[in-house]
Amino acid sequence: MIDVRNISKTFLVPSEVKALVNVSSFINAGEVVVVIGPSGSGKSTFLRCLNKLETADEGHLYIDGVDILNRKTDINKVRAEVGMVFQSFNLFPHKTVLENLTLAQRVVRKRSREEAVEKAEYLLAKVGIGEKRSVYPDQLSGGQQQRVAIARALAMDPKVMLFDEPTSALDPEMIGEVLDVMKALAREGMTMVVVTHEMGFAREVADRVIFMDHGAIVEEGTPEHFFVSPTHDRTKLFLSQIL
Amino acid sequence: MIAKKTAGYYIFWKSAFFILLGMSIFLLWYTTNEVEYVWRWYRVPQYFVAEMDVETRSFIEGEVKSIDRRGETVAITVANSRESETYQAPAGEIRVYKGDFIFPGDTLAVHQVTRPGILLQGLWLTIKVSMIAIVFGILIGLFTGLARLSDNPCLRWTAITYIEFIRGSPLLVQIYLWYFVFGTIINDLLARQGIPQISSLWYGVASLAIFAGAYVAEIVRAGIQSIHRGQTEASRSLGMNYAQSMLHVVLPQAMRRILPPLAGQFISLIKDSSLLGIIAIRELTKATREVVTTSLQPYELWFMCAILYLLLTFSLSMFVQYLERRTLIQ
Repeated sequence: MIDVRNISKTFLVPSEVKALVNVSSFINAGEVVVVIGPSGSGKSTFLRCLNKLETADEGHLYIDGVDILNRKTDINKVRAEVGMVFQSFNLFPHKTVLENLTLAQRVVRKRSREEAVEKAEYLLAKVGIGEKRSVYPDQLSGGQQQRVAIARALAMDPKVMLFDEPTSALDPEMIGEVLDVMKALAREGMTMVVVTHEMGFAREVADRVIFMDHGAIVEEGTPEHFFVSPTHDRTKLFLSQIL
Repeated sequence: MIAKKTAGYYIFWKSAFFILLGMSIFLLWYTTNEVEYVWRWYRVPQYFVAEMDVETRSFIEGEVKSIDRRGETVAITVANSRESETYQAPAGEIRVYKGDFIFPGDTLAVHQVTRPGILLQGLWLTIKVSMIAIVFGILIGLFTGLARLSDNPCLRWTAITYIEFIRGSPLLVQIYLWYFVFGTIINDLLARQGIPQISSLWYGVASLAIFAGAYVAEIVRAGIQSIHRGQTEASRSLGMNYAQSMLHVVLPQAMRRILPPLAGQFISLIKDSSLLGIIAIRELTKATREVVTTSLQPYELWFMCAILYLLLTFSLSMFVQYLERRTLIQ
């Protein structure tokens, strides 16, 4: 599904930082991959490279067989197939919850109004906020906003969902409701790449855990392997700090 | 610690305001009296609504054969041995009788028409020029603002050059440039091709629109930059292209922040249109100047002129406030 071959990324502004160094990975359809690591380890950059919000400087990146680093590839088509959920939700504040879900369906997928609304209502009910369809995002709690953001991404019928620290900006009591939605999604067989600090989620839901540090993948494996018998010292140190 | 103001405090200072206002008006009236100026406000309305006499004249000589009233119009037939002519006129004051002998150029009938006066015409021209310039100013500003933020160096540098050049030179000089330089070139080239000339009005509109466009561009740029990057990322990650993301997500949000400074810019534009008189566009200021020279009532007319501008700018700012409230509710 996602084939990452030796990608590297260096930020020049504000100062030269090697965010990714020769990162390779392969993510199968239906797999849930959780990326963890200390801040500044390049895990968000890795995720953002997958839908080209950041462009990798070197290497190759294939989504469903499409070479997204090729200039001739229509990146908008690829992005429509790759849903993304952000730490800060990024809902459109000038549109109602329903309009947040229908906008891209109408504009990108060219669906009819009825079709888009039907899809949106179905997804809002699924993430448990069907009754909030007519309110504006700023009238919702953080947890509700993030669930709307997940529904917004799902409305495009993506093949992959990317989650960039989806619970980091939430009050503790709201983290559960968002994780529940993500767990349900994983059970349905959605391909997911999740950058998170929620170790419980990683342990319970992940098929594979990737641990990154200094822009490189240090260790990857099943949650059992990762949490019970990690091989690298860097991983052991990280786990001892957070668990 | 700020002391709480008492009711008496407000009554006192509000009264002070009105006393100050009254004193200013009195002082003006008093000083004009001292210089023996005679206020004649009753002479002002004629420059808004003008009553004009229109005369119907005969082109031939001959005898008035018939005067035929048909309701609102009158038909006067003048004839001699060789030819006969019938003149139609609205039934006003008829100056001839049946059987009169008429020479060419003699007045047959007079009727009155009501026309918008010169001040009203000037006001209308000011509104027209400003509105056209505002529409083009918005378009130019929007595209320049976007170009200013583009990654493409050619677009970006073009935008910067345009903005800096326009903001760095006086509008008066730009109007001269448009009229005497570009206008002459364009009209000469058109004349060589046998195409009709472009009137000075359009050079005036061009100079105002391009002037305002540079300022609008900076306002648009600031508005777009004030929208969080996450909004673009969210819309692009849903598969929208640059234009869709701008149109549906970024610009509607930026608009709310752009509107107040934009209103200020367009109020300036209305006032700046007063400079167009120098290239023979008879907008409100030039119209006032012309009326002043014929009426010799400068005090009333210049005050009137200022009040008319105030009326325009005030209605525009009211309209923008209404728009702001509406986008806020949205």
